[in-house]
Amino acid sequence: MAEIVLDKVSKKFPDGTTAVRDVDLEIADGEFVILVGPSGCGKSTTLNMIAGLEDISSGELRIGGQRVNDKAPRDRDIAMVFQSYALYPNMTVRENMAFPLRLAKLDKETITQKVEEAAKVLELTPLLDRKPANLSGGQRQRVAMGRAIVRQPKAFLMDEPLSNLDAKLRVQMRTVVSRLQKQLGTTTVYVTHDQTEAMTLGDRVVIMRGGAVQQVGPPQELYDHPNNLFVAGFIGSPSMNFLTATVEDGTLRTALGDVPIGDRIRRELEGADAPRDLILGIRPEHFEDAELVDEESRRRGMEFTAPVDIVESMGSDKYVYLSVEGERATSAELEELAADAGAADFSGAGSNLVTRLSAESTVTEGEDRRVWFNLEKIHLFDPSDGRNLTLHEGRAAGALAD
Amino acid sequence: MSVNATPAGADVAADGTDTGGGRRAAVPTQRDNGRGKVPLSENKRAERRLGWLLCAPAAFVMLAVTAYPILYSVWLSLQRYDLRFPAEREFIGLQNYVTVLTNEFWWTAFGVTMLITVVTVAVELVLGMGLALIMHRTLVGRGIVRTSALIPYGIVTVVAAFSWRYAWTPGTGYLANLFSDGAPLTERASSLAIIMLAEIWKTTPFMALLLMAGLALVPEDLLKAASTDGATAWQRFTKVMLPVMKPAILVALLFRTLDAFRVFDNIYVLTSGANETSSVSMIAYNNLIRGLNLGIGSTMSVLIFITVAIIAFIFVKLFGTAAPGSDDGERR
Ligand SMILES: Nc1ncnc2c1ncn2[C@@H]1O[C@H](COP(=O)(O)OP(=O)(O)OP(=O)(O)O)[C@@H](O)[C@H]1O
Ligand SMILES: [Mg+2]
Repeated sequence: MAEIVLDKVSKKFPDGTTAVRDVDLEIADGEFVILVGPSGCGKSTTLNMIAGLEDISSGELRIGGQRVNDKAPRDRDIAMVFQSYALYPNMTVRENMAFPLRLAKLDKETITQKVEEAAKVLELTPLLDRKPANLSGGQRQRVAMGRAIVRQPKAFLMDEPLSNLDAKLRVQMRTVVSRLQKQLGTTTVYVTHDQTEAMTLGDRVVIMRGGAVQQVGPPQELYDHPNNLFVAGFIGSPSMNFLTATVEDGTLRTALGDVPIGDRIRRELEGADAPRDLILGIRPEHFEDAELVDEESRRRGMEFTAPVDIVESMGSDKYVYLSVEGERATSAELEELAADAGAADFSGAGSNLVTRLSAESTVTEGEDRRVWFNLEKIHLFDPSDGRNLTLHEGRAAGALAD
Repeated sequence: MSVNATPAGADVAADGTDTGGGRRAAVPTQRDNGRGKVPLSENKRAERRLGWLLCAPAAFVMLAVTAYPILYSVWLSLQRYDLRFPAEREFIGLQNYVTVLTNEFWWTAFGVTMLITVVTVAVELVLGMGLALIMHRTLVGRGIVRTSALIPYGIVTVVAAFSWRYAWTPGTGYLANLFSDGAPLTERASSLAIIMLAEIWKTTPFMALLLMAGLALVPEDLLKAASTDGATAWQRFTKVMLPVMKPAILVALLFRTLDAFRVFDNIYVLTSGANETSSVSMIAYNNLIRGLNLGIGSTMSVLIFITVAIIAFIFVKLFGTAAPGSDDGERR
């Protein structure tokens, strides 16, 4: 068990691609850290560098306070779990789990005891004498976990360990991983593609884009206070709505009407090089059916009317898709997010708002509906660099803040 | 349709056609007993029938081009039949086999062939593995490395053999001048060494090619996992790569062993079998074609055939437990 520190770690492949750029990250002892980001952003490369499977081009990597840049994987005392399970096909489950212990030259009895202990924890005992080929996907993944935990390494590294499982099994295994990590208290770095895994599993989440870290923090903080457009768009499902907004006469012209701004944002926008065109971001749950909003809330937000496209009732609440006029917000970040999400979420002529209204709302498809939204929860982004302008000392304060 | 009417018949068919059944039966387990009793579903039977039909043309051609010559040489081997004395042709049963198997020339040739087979295949395996690893790992100029490594295999054996012969000819050959003062191809030990050298030189690339196909089967993640599990490069090779590659290695060994056992052209060109360097193929050829003794020659051919069949059988037996992921875990 140990902390892992990445100090300006970069990776440049021989063909010239810079897969990881100046990553600074301090992972505390026993912490569960998640790396997320779109495909090709350098998550696996980062993990492989920590494991020692890829050389570090520049920067320093310390495990337990010790510089390990030049150490072979076997001398780093870390265990890795792969998406493909990577079980040795010629060995039984028992032999697979015993493999690292045998290499460490432990005596037979200790090995047997440790393997059986791990098997019990992972409910693998009846499968110990099977070959990996005769196991289901979930069982194989548990064996891979077992092989990682038997030797009590300093850290677990997991590269999309659940991605090959079907949805139901993934949920099940997610709790297994979570429980295991809590029980053992081993430092864990976990790479995933999956929003839900990122939000539910880790103590902290690292969002990467194009080899660089965008933001590090507890899941809720990333959700509430995104540093930039990319983080805002990446975290959350359905994702945040983005609209173009133009600064004019101390207000913001948007497709939802003129949005008033508070002193702080005004000051921010007074600078000579301040952008005239902004991107306004607002999450689906910060909308509400105007009929259901009380007086108190009404003052904190504003209302607009828009035609209702689709109503999806989820029981607990309703997803309502509204069409609004005006141009779709564009920026490099949003393009990238759209590409990663398979475009469906972000495209369409005009803008499509996704809103989450209370289940009591009587909204029906096809009508024009009056909808309220919370001004304290909106974010304003600079389209040129994606910076969140509403963020003050790491807190997002909405458009009205003084 | 007949499944319901004659379940017993279906049962018989199941036992008769399931090639795996025999092997499994050796270790009777609960599961196997259960499986044997279950009659095949109609679907399964139709599939099986289709399988046989699809194999039939190939099987027929095989029978036509191999079974007939094989049976004919077996028939010839049971006769006294020397083309120089055609009048003495008669059926003599196994007399020819007694003659050959009690003949020291045969056993010398057999020993020579075995020696060549074992030594060349072993050396080729090691060198071929090295070459395969190099070809698999090289990132730059992979095409050139592969092409140049394969050149010896592309050269016609007889041509290559002649160039070896000239290279070892005293006076004119560069290798003879470099390494020896006598005539190496006139002594038994050095002749055999040169024959084996020529064989190895020529077929190592083939071995490497087969092994490289096996290397491609080893998933990258498996090696990474082994690294983090604490394996050294050598342990990764022996404990992960070799077991995963085992089927490919066995195929390569089978091909090369069968090939090496029939060694002929190199010996024919280099020594013509002088100084007891004949292989079994050489003496079979000498008896059949040169000596025109069809009976003895055929006997030798049949014996070679039997030996090759035994080698193949042993390898196929090994395959049975080699395929990764096969359920041999339970069988053992
Ligand atoms: N051996 C290599 N040589 C050159 N470029 C590479 C190599 N391996 C990876 N890359 C590049 O480095 C970048 C990061 O790759 P990486 O595998 O870390 O992405 P990832 O975030 O794990 O993506 P995914 O979510 O799809 O697994 C990619 O652009 C990839 O093309
Ligand atoms: Mg990856």
